[in-house]
Amino acid sequence: MAEQILTQCTVGGPVFVHVEDGKISKMRPIVFDDTDAPSWTIEARGRKFTPPRKTTLQSYVVAERMRIYSENRIKYPYRRKTFDPHGDRHPEMRGKDEYIRISWDEALDTVAEEMRRIRKSYGPAAITAMTSSHHNWGLLHYKFGPFGRFFNMLGYTTLMDNPDSWEGSHWGAIHTWGYFWLLGHCDNYDMLEDALNNTEQVIFWSVDPNSSSYQYWGQESAIWRIWLRELGIKAIFIDPYCNTTAGVLGDKWLAPRPGTDAALAEAIAYVWITEGTYDKWFVENRTIGFEEFRKHILGEDDGVPRTPGWAAEICDIPAHNITVLAREWAAKKTMLATGAMYGTGGAVRATYATEWARLMVLLIAMQGLGKPGVNVWGGAAMGAPLDFSFQMPGYGSAGWDTFALIARKKAENSVSQKVYRLLLPEAILNPPISWIGEGFCGQSIEQQFVPHTYPEPGPNGAEIRMIHRHGGSFISTMTETNRWVRMYQSPKLECVVMQDCHWQSETRFGDIVLPASTNFEHADICEWANAGGYGEGDCGANHRVMIYEKKCIEPLWESKSDWEIYKALAKRLGFLEEYTEGNSEEDWIKKIFNISSLPKYVSYEEFKKKGYFVVPCKSPEQKRTVSNRWYYEGRPCDTPNSLNPKKGTNKAHELATYSGKIEFVSQSLTKFDPNDEERPPMPRYIPSWEGHETKELTAKYPLQMITPHPRYSYHTHHDNKTLWLNDIPQHRVKKDGYAWWPIRIHPSDAEARSIRQDDIVRVYNDRGAVLCIAQVTERVRPGLVHSYESSASYDPLEPGKAGSIDRGGCMNLLAPSRMLSRNAPGMASNSCLVEVCKWEA
Amino acid sequence: MARYGMVIDINKCTGCYNCFLSCRDEFAGNEYKGYSAAQPMEGQNWIPVIEKERGQYPKVKVSYTPIPCMHCDDAPCIKMAQNGAIYRRPDGIVIIDPAKAKGQKELISSCPYRVIEWNEQKQVPQKCILCAHMLDKGEKEPRCVESCPTGALMFGDLDDAGSEVSRLIATGKTEALHGGYGIKEKVRYMGLPGKFIAGTIIYGDRDACAEGVAVALSRDSEGWEVKTNAFGDFEFEGLADNTEYTVRIAAAGYKEQTITTRTRKDTYLGEITLKRS
Repeated sequence: MAEQILTQCTVGGPVFVHVEDGKISKMRPIVFDDTDAPSWTIEARGRKFTPPRKTTLQSYVVAERMRIYSENRIKYPYRRKTFDPHGDRHPEMRGKDEYIRISWDEALDTVAEEMRRIRKSYGPAAITAMTSSHHNWGLLHYKFGPFGRFFNMLGYTTLMDNPDSWEGSHWGAIHTWGYFWLLGHCDNYDMLEDALNNTEQVIFWSVDPNSSSYQYWGQESAIWRIWLRELGIKAIFIDPYCNTTAGVLGDKWLAPRPGTDAALAEAIAYVWITEGTYDKWFVENRTIGFEEFRKHILGEDDGVPRTPGWAAEICDIPAHNITVLAREWAAKKTMLATGAMYGTGGAVRATYATEWARLMVLLIAMQGLGKPGVNVWGGAAMGAPLDFSFQMPGYGSAGWDTFALIARKKAENSVSQKVYRLLLPEAILNPPISWIGEGFCGQSIEQQFVPHTYPEPGPNGAEIRMIHRHGGSFISTMTETNRWVRMYQSPKLECVVMQDCHWQSETRFGDIVLPASTNFEHADICEWANAGGYGEGDCGANHRVMIYEKKCIEPLWESKSDWEIYKALAKRLGFLEEYTEGNSEEDWIKKIFNISSLPKYVSYEEFKKKGYFVVPCKSPEQKRTVSNRWYYEGRPCDTPNSLNPKKGTNKAHELATYSGKIEFVSQSLTKFDPNDEERPPMPRYIPSWEGHETKELTAKYPLQMITPHPRYSYHTHHDNKTLWLNDIPQHRVKKDGYAWWPIRIHPSDAEARSIRQDDIVRVYNDRGAVLCIAQVTERVRPGLVHSYESSASYDPLEPGKAGSIDRGGCMNLLAPSRMLSRNAPGMASNSCLVEVCKWEA
Repeated sequence: MARYGMVIDINKCTGCYNCFLSCRDEFAGNEYKGYSAAQPMEGQNWIPVIEKERGQYPKVKVSYTPIPCMHCDDAPCIKMAQNGAIYRRPDGIVIIDPAKAKGQKELISSCPYRVIEWNEQKQVPQKCILCAHMLDKGEKEPRCVESCPTGALMFGDLDDAGSEVSRLIATGKTEALHGGYGIKEKVRYMGLPGKFIAGTIIYGDRDACAEGVAVALSRDSEGWEVKTNAFGDFEFEGLADNTEYTVRIAAAGYKEQTITTRTRKDTYLGEITLKRS
């Protein structure tokens, strides 16, 4: 049969898929043709900048066909061998049991029967379910599509996510400048043009855009950072690790000890205050609480002036460098490209990250946030001149259920009980638990303060007996993950279902394993990289591209799409008609098409045939609305984001804080808990509870470890499936027939431990131990070891035993489960002390 | 008739490995009759990317050098091949005939860049074919170039003076990866790193970064001068390998300092503290 070229989308960019004889033979970026909308051109400093007319892909999806056909695909439904739903369940065998292939009927009958039984015996709250991000891409066959609709209809205990890549920003920066609908980061509209025209310097503070693709945008902005360099715009990197972007683009690299960035920020403020080099007008007119901050920085409250000398001791950066950093920042129009949205440098996911994140906003405020060339520019990776009047939902546009946008009847969860992801092991093993906040607190500032208890008091609460896990793995993305091993082996969990495309590190804790197909095996619709909701207006692409995701191949082996799986369960549970409303997969796709702006440009048949649509960008005549410029100029907010509640009101010139201004002293925190020493109303450096100053720990575990997001996998979804990635030595290093996970160590620390390049080492603390391959490098500061999180291979030397040494590289086994702070229930993965020694097998 | 070549700009390579992965995607398990046998699913790499870490904490730079087949106009592999098993097409692309080359394992040693690999299962040597099979179908560029997000990999017609590759080569700033082979490589490079000598100058009496201080570098009769930036940093890039250089630092009111160093590796001299004279 002749070769077909079909369109699809991935977490790393849209693709043309070549299919021959029913098999995917290759995948390529989408190269636009002459009928596609023209690309933008930015004129700046005598040059013209225009992007290539194609999509760029993040590396791990270039090899996507390896992931689709991976031997690690779950091929059939399975039942755990010693699990008998009508007899002994043997929970202690989870993690070390064998699996027996069963039929779909047996699998689905068992799952449905268990759901029915558990609901009847304990109440609907006894079931919880959770997804991961993002093992597939597409609105209707993915976590906020069929999963959300099914479980809301069934009724289940909602598992609240913590905003896991930008903890400090969410729990901190919201109290400084609002932006709660974006979970604490600001939108980035039109910032590229502003930067190319006006910016003189970019400070990349704890961010690595070349690694993170700043979420899902392939490598669209890689070329922007090269343009910046060609224009002579200086790049300063602040990161304990000379990260992938810093290595190729950095003009200056400053490496503070992990967890000390807030001290560096305070010292910068000290220089500005004492030298008078800050935007006094902006501080006077657009902020509140500065006087108290000024006093604090000068040491008038506690006798400790936050001088560069003071910070130098803490950060281990010479005071003279701190002074120059502050002076250069003030002297030049500077973009702060901080990793607030996507903590690839680690500062946003460390103890008291709230303090650092708030100080980031305050520092840029002191330099006049929103004036030309001066802004918070996420990773220097978002904000091309694109048109956001074109509507298309993202996966988060309707909260937990995309179908709510198009169904006749939205699914409403009848269960009010909630549980918190970070505390799930404690919830199962040692209830009750309590926490504060509603996970992704995107609706208001106050959501952060709502207390919760599990089990819910009263007749509607119930202990969780069943977990339905839809995709992904926590063992290398959450913290202190030996807790998950213990949790799954608890007899309280009567049934664990794993629904996924691949055998992930958690899959072998399931009782029933359901094989899901990838988005290449069915049709769907989406916009490239569009998260919607908390990600509305985050756009790091050079073009907005809508995709009709065509079915490329039949579902492999016996896998079924998530939609088909949930339909089959809904049927057995008696709500199929309600679930589907009689719609086919194609019907739902059409409904999304119809609520988007696509019909204004193209017919459904045309869109489906071509498979993609490039949204026309802003014309040169269309107004540019730079984020935060309206605030600087005291005008009503004019950026396209629809979720700003003050927009269109008589307070539209205000930020979403209580005062409407940037708050040096947070009014929301003053109201909620003025005596919180871990997140005080006014931010400051607070020594980490697991950092270089924690003497009771550093004696045993002297090395600080950071574990940022990896470059060659989106969380765990590509590692250990796309095996070609193992040929990239920055991802895994092959030695003696095994593909080891690297840990990076400074030559002085390596020598002190007789560790040489490519030695296998044991990385350990009280929480666990992981075997890695040592990479001796000058790119880490002394005292730091660096290893990425998100290994998809949990390979314990003693399977099923919590605390076993893992050789797959799951660094999160070692990360602390303690929260950022008392009232900020976020992960502090990057506050982790370890020791490293040579591994003698 | 076009004559194809490439220019690779190391300054733009971010080490993303898209080129390697897209090449694998195109050829692993995919045969193109007359052009190339299928690459095995694992094990070969027709465009290795070599990472180079340069300098010492905290002055570190990283460079990445992709190394495809150079499609040499004076290719040693063509000379060593028997029965015309390797040939150069009129458009300059060097092809290993998958049929004629069968069994000629010695060809993997014929290339000084080591770009020829041996397919054990098919008993045939293989290498980058500049995606000739795609170009012959009217496609614009090889997979590696298409997948490169920054335009570090450039491809075009060397005989078209207006093409990007021609214009860059005409500037005189491109070079072969190894200048000494003399085999007329049609893949040329810009921005290949030399060695650097860098340092940071501090005024000892005030513990301050010394901005605007003149730093002179010399080697035999050659000399260069830069001024330190606000951080007191200076840097001399593109220096010769394993060569002795002398650094002379002169700031008014301070004792002059002279440092001699050999560029066995990229060298960060660290913080150099000036004492008052």
